Amino acid sequence: MKLFEQPAHVLHDMLVNKEITSLELTQAVLARIDEVEGDVQAYLTITREEALAKAKAVDEKIAKGEEIAFLEGIPGAIKDNICTKGIKTTCASKILQKFVPPYDATVMQKLEAQNPVVLGKTNLDEFAMGGSTENSAYHPTCNPWNTDCVPGGSSGGSAAAVAAGTAVWALGSDTGGSIRQPASFCGVVGMKPTYGRVSRYGLVAYASSLDQIGPITKDVTDCAHILNIIAGRDEMDSTSLDVQVPDFTKALVQDVKGLKIGLPKEYFVKGMDPEVEAAVKNGVKELEKLGAEVVEISLPNTDYAISTYYLIAPAEAATNLARYDGVSYGERAEDAADLVEMMTKTRTQYLGEEVKRRIMIGNYALSAGYYDAYYLKALKVRRLVKEDYDKAFKDVDVIICPAAPSVAYKIGEKISNPLEMYLQDACTVPLNLAGLPGISVPCGYNKDKMPIGMQIIGKALDEETILRVAYTYEQSQSYHEDRAQLGGK
Amino acid sequence: MKVTKKDMENVAVLSRLSIPADKEELYTQQLSDVLEYVDNLSAVPTDDIQPMAHVLPVSNVFREDVVKESLSRELALSNAPLKDDGYFRVPKVLED
Repeated sequence: MKLFEQPAHVLHDMLVNKEITSLELTQAVLARIDEVEGDVQAYLTITREEALAKAKAVDEKIAKGEEIAFLEGIPGAIKDNICTKGIKTTCASKILQKFVPPYDATVMQKLEAQNPVVLGKTNLDEFAMGGSTENSAYHPTCNPWNTDCVPGGSSGGSAAAVAAGTAVWALGSDTGGSIRQPASFCGVVGMKPTYGRVSRYGLVAYASSLDQIGPITKDVTDCAHILNIIAGRDEMDSTSLDVQVPDFTKALVQDVKGLKIGLPKEYFVKGMDPEVEAAVKNGVKELEKLGAEVVEISLPNTDYAISTYYLIAPAEAATNLARYDGVSYGERAEDAADLVEMMTKTRTQYLGEEVKRRIMIGNYALSAGYYDAYYLKALKVRRLVKEDYDKAFKDVDVIICPAAPSVAYKIGEKISNPLEMYLQDACTVPLNLAGLPGISVPCGYNKDKMPIGMQIIGKALDEETILRVAYTYEQSQSYHEDRAQLGGK
Repeated sequence: MKVTKKDMENVAVLSRLSIPADKEELYTQQLSDVLEYVDNLSAVPTDDIQPMAHVLPVSNVFREDVVKESLSRELALSNAPLKDDGYFRVPKVLED
């Protein structure tokens, strides 16, 4: 394997053993960017000089015989809705095209303590609203397995960068599947931790009761290491949980004997691509062979999860995005006679179509006369969705289903029909509503060699068990050693 | 749920957005489609169900009220589209 194809844990050992320098590694990944970024377009900002300077500093440290942290000197990428002090953070929106955060998100402070090489900021659907990265106000990102296809979204830039070898690791955010679905489409590992496991301070808010930051990596081992770094209570986010953070790498053991897996029958129905269903069921069979017990379960309110999500998320978005008013940061439209006209012109001119659509859905659901029928109703059904999981988890340790109902589709194929796009999120949104952790691991390909992801869902704060199941499965297969070949065009 | 032109105008005002005339029909149709789809919730009996705004059983998270270092005024204003003498500057709000 080439350097840029290696996972972080292998590269860390190579750095420690002085087989490579961080500068060599960083140059190799930057050369890979030069080679393929024109086709993949995973990045919105590349911080080349800063990356090289950081790599040199790490090499000096290693030369002095100092110990290095896990991610130290290893190049990675950050989704462009996570605030990076002094580095432009656009959320792939024109309204934040010049926004330079004066502070770091808490996850960035935690990463910074590890001294990683940050290569830049990755593309996303504007304000994380979308599942294909086509809603970026700048450019689409292409899937490294077939550049005619979408990488998924909204963390499509992060997933595509890790898959293309233009980043060793990345951070994404997941509000309704935005880490797990692009990980699935790009054949990499992506985890949404339990709501409250990771601080959201400095993550530009989309839907605050659903958003969560998580790792996108080449394998499960890297995922556990990065979760160790970013997890934990943060005074700046009152919804981050004050609970013990275990060492997640201790969960990297190959053992699923006696473990009970639930297969929700509601996830394997209408609209599911048969090749996806077959690959995920094969994955479950493999775990059964390794000693797990498989039972069919029912999550009866699954059908209502999409509706619940597409009322709650836009309602929260309508509220959160009210801050883009042209006053304290972001763009401001010119030639407005008064304050309201200034705000209206600014938002109309600088926000994208999907963002406007969700703001309007949200404001409609929250408006007088409709609040009870839509927003309040959705909050009640949200409880039912969560209670389905509570009941199921009395009998099983994990739940397995696909991370997406299909493989990556062609760029432009679904963009004109918002509702059809929303229905694509059926496999992922219920977890966000219930706050549960989920991980997507590669489990095969369709006939065109497009990756398929298996989603493993755990109890609240039980990331350890889903990591153990994911690791056991991964080690029994070789998908995590495959690399995207940049086909298409 | 059929969205009327008037509903659309109202929601645009609430959203501080203006809808260009050539997009009005499309946006109204798309909003109607979404509302029609989410209407499946009306079939779910929820009379005895408490709404759940937040998944965590966490409330009233307090901390000591102590003075700490915060962003300087200059940094806090660094992204402002228009500023004046240490303040954000906006178009006139009050009538003369």
